Amino acid sequence: MRRVRAFRFWTRAVEVSALAVAICFSMGASDASARFNDLGHRMMCTCGCAQMLGECNHVGCPESGRMRVELTGAIASGESDQQILDGFAAKYGATVLAAPTTRGFDLVAWIAPFAVFAAALLGTILLIRRWGGLGGGAEAVAAADAAILDPQERERVERIRRETSVEGGI
Amino acid sequence: MATFGTFCLLIGLALAAYNLLAGAVALSVLAAGPALDARPNLFQTLLGRIGARISPERLADTARRAGIAGFWAVTGAAFALVWSVFNNDFSITYILEHSNRALPVAYKFAALWSGQEGSLLLWAWLLATYGFVLRLRHKTDVKLYAYAGTILAGVQVFFLTVLVWAAPPFSLWQGAVPEDGRGLNPLLQYPEMVIHPPMLYLGYVGFSVPFAFALGALTMRYPGEKWIRITRTWTMVTWLFLTCGIFLGMHWAYAVLGWGGYWGWDPVENASFMPWLTGTAFLHSVMMQERKGMMKSWNVWLIFSTFLLTLLGTLLTRAGLVSSVHAFAQSSIGTWFIVFMGIVLAVCIFTYIFQRGHLKTEHHLESLVSRESSFLFNNLVLLSACFLILWGTLYPILSEYVEGSKVTMGAPWYNREAVPIGLFLLFLTGVGPLLPWRATSLKAIKRNFVLPSIALWAAAIVCAIAGAWPWKDGVFDAGNFYALVAFALAAAVLTAIVAEFLRGASVISRQTRRNLFSALWLLTRRNTRRYGGYLVHIGVVIVVVGLAGSAFNRNVESELGLHGRMSVGPYTLEQVGATQDSNLNYNSEYAMLDVYKNGQRQFQMTPEKRFYLASGQPQTMVAIHSIPEWDLYVVYEGTNPSTGQPIIKAFLNPLVGWIWIGLAVIVLGTFVALAPSLAPATAVLRVPAARAAIAQPALKGGD
Repeated sequence: MRRVRAFRFWTRAVEVSALAVAICFSMGASDASARFNDLGHRMMCTCGCAQMLGECNHVGCPESGRMRVELTGAIASGESDQQILDGFAAKYGATVLAAPTTRGFDLVAWIAPFAVFAAALLGTILLIRRWGGLGGGAEAVAAADAAILDPQERERVERIRRETSVEGGI
Repeated sequence: MATFGTFCLLIGLALAAYNLLAGAVALSVLAAGPALDARPNLFQTLLGRIGARISPERLADTARRAGIAGFWAVTGAAFALVWSVFNNDFSITYILEHSNRALPVAYKFAALWSGQEGSLLLWAWLLATYGFVLRLRHKTDVKLYAYAGTILAGVQVFFLTVLVWAAPPFSLWQGAVPEDGRGLNPLLQYPEMVIHPPMLYLGYVGFSVPFAFALGALTMRYPGEKWIRITRTWTMVTWLFLTCGIFLGMHWAYAVLGWGGYWGWDPVENASFMPWLTGTAFLHSVMMQERKGMMKSWNVWLIFSTFLLTLLGTLLTRAGLVSSVHAFAQSSIGTWFIVFMGIVLAVCIFTYIFQRGHLKTEHHLESLVSRESSFLFNNLVLLSACFLILWGTLYPILSEYVEGSKVTMGAPWYNREAVPIGLFLLFLTGVGPLLPWRATSLKAIKRNFVLPSIALWAAAIVCAIAGAWPWKDGVFDAGNFYALVAFALAAAVLTAIVAEFLRGASVISRQTRRNLFSALWLLTRRNTRRYGGYLVHIGVVIVVVGLAGSAFNRNVESELGLHGRMSVGPYTLEQVGATQDSNLNYNSEYAMLDVYKNGQRQFQMTPEKRFYLASGQPQTMVAIHSIPEWDLYVVYEGTNPSTGQPIIKAFLNPLVGWIWIGLAVIVLGTFVALAPSLAPATAVLRVPAARAAIAQPALKGGD
């Protein structure tokens, strides 16, 4: 009973934490200059300098000045962040966005690394628990391996160990 | 010289091919052994006949000597290219395109790796050098070194083949030879560029050596932990070179590119980071194999993957598969690399399948909360990070294939995906050393984690009060949030490691009556590997603190007339003049800026803009004033064409200096870990005679 209660507690705690983090990360900038800064760092300059639009303002850049004016205009006209990003992507191509969208196939770009990490984490935990369930492993496994190993093979390995009794590298 | 260089390459290729073939034949005959007399197949009969004329041991030795001679041949080719650069031999296309007469001496060397052909030649030469050292040390373990030497020869054959047919560095310029060359890329004319690429290449190429040992050991069914002991120094030195190479590249990007940052998640940067991650995972997981006989297959595949990632990195940066700002070394040799990687992967899989019975683990993990588990999770996180970066680097190709259009995987994507994983890794850096081997009790966990937990919360509160609060004007700032978490974790990890040092030192101090510093010194010398590793972890923590500082970067840009002023943070910059200079290589313009703080003049900064004559390209030379608190980073962006006044961009980048300090600690820690530990017997002798009796117990044990 205590275990069930503890499990429920931790499940709730994880849910609340996840919700809090999700709310925090979904909160966006509200005023115009903060929105300009935010959106300027979600788009790339298209001049080929590989810099963010908000950071690329080097002298003589043929693109960034015009794009920044467009961005300021779009914010002033009351477009939402998503509308602005969509508008830029339609005009300059998807590469103007500094990160893939979270729609369609591009969602895979966001999910895959965490999915792989979560799967690997889960697999590792299950593996360790399974090994633990084998009875603490060390002696039992060593004995099992000793039974599996071919005596000739073991003798050969030991011979190599004796012949190459070196401990160091270079 | 072009003829001599080409001849050297051909000789080198022939010698490497002989090394590979003769070595393979000799080792096959030796491996077949008495089986040849029983029921030999056709191949074994052929090998037996060759072996009958010359003993396999002798044949293997001729292969080894061919490898040594091959080093001199490749050295001859590298010398020929360097000689041609210094003598301005513009009849060679490579020299014409990457050098000019006015190029300073140090950068003439840099011309060797500034282009495709030269950098491949550098790769081949470094590989030959590693092979040369390895073959000279063959008496350490004749048979294993013979296997490793033969495998290295196989890698060398590939690189020399590419150099001879696909990217010849000595091809001659067709037509009238120009009076002067086109010059070195201005981005490369910076001191770090003389050191950074060779360091990076030493790291890349160096991983060929543990790869060769691992594959050789697996082929000959060599006892697992022995090849790891033999290659430990190679691996650590290689890892150190790669680490230094990456950090030097960061510093170069910071000081030359003028955008105020040091890491842009460019595919070329990613290419160097991926093998570093797997190499780091390998350095940790081999400890499991050495101590517990575990993770043998895992380790073999880690080192195989690391080597393959070095090749993939080269492929990515040269084949133009992904767009990169590092466009100075691209060509169409991608197919060669893809084929070679396919062959290497096939050989690895084939060898593993046939020899995997030899890699049976001797123990299993016993508890989720143990040192072994922490190593496993550390590997998991490092490999997840590697996958993430590989995914981010290759996703534009996948997207283009699936959707028909490329996408950009920029800093926002990497920051959101990689930073949480990085923080988890930092957490493990602190947790790992606190956990004992095998299993631990809840009580022990509580005892070990009290201090780090206090440090974590104390740091979080102090940082939040000092301004690292994640909410600004009611808006959540993810950068600040991550920085706060990083500072808190860094404090916890640092406390955990320092507590480990102090715990050990206090025992020695109590039992030998030494002072604490002397006890710390003895403790470290007694187990250099363990405490060197801890020092490396401290270095990593310092680096993380430096990286977290980027969340608070500020910048301001202004057009400054004479005595015009601009402010950034506590500093005020006043333009007090501009000047020009010129030499045979470039013309330059400087802005002279007096820097004031609290109304007092502190120092002068002179950011510069250069115009290289040979290439006709401009280049920024940033002025940086670095103190532990922050860097004042000033860029002279040029002049406004309409007003003629200089445009200055000033950044205030907090804690950047910590990154370079962290690197120094990592280097120090690696050197300590490489040094041999004081043997317990010797350690006792160093203790004053009167105290030796009570000193002994403190000098036993340890990891």
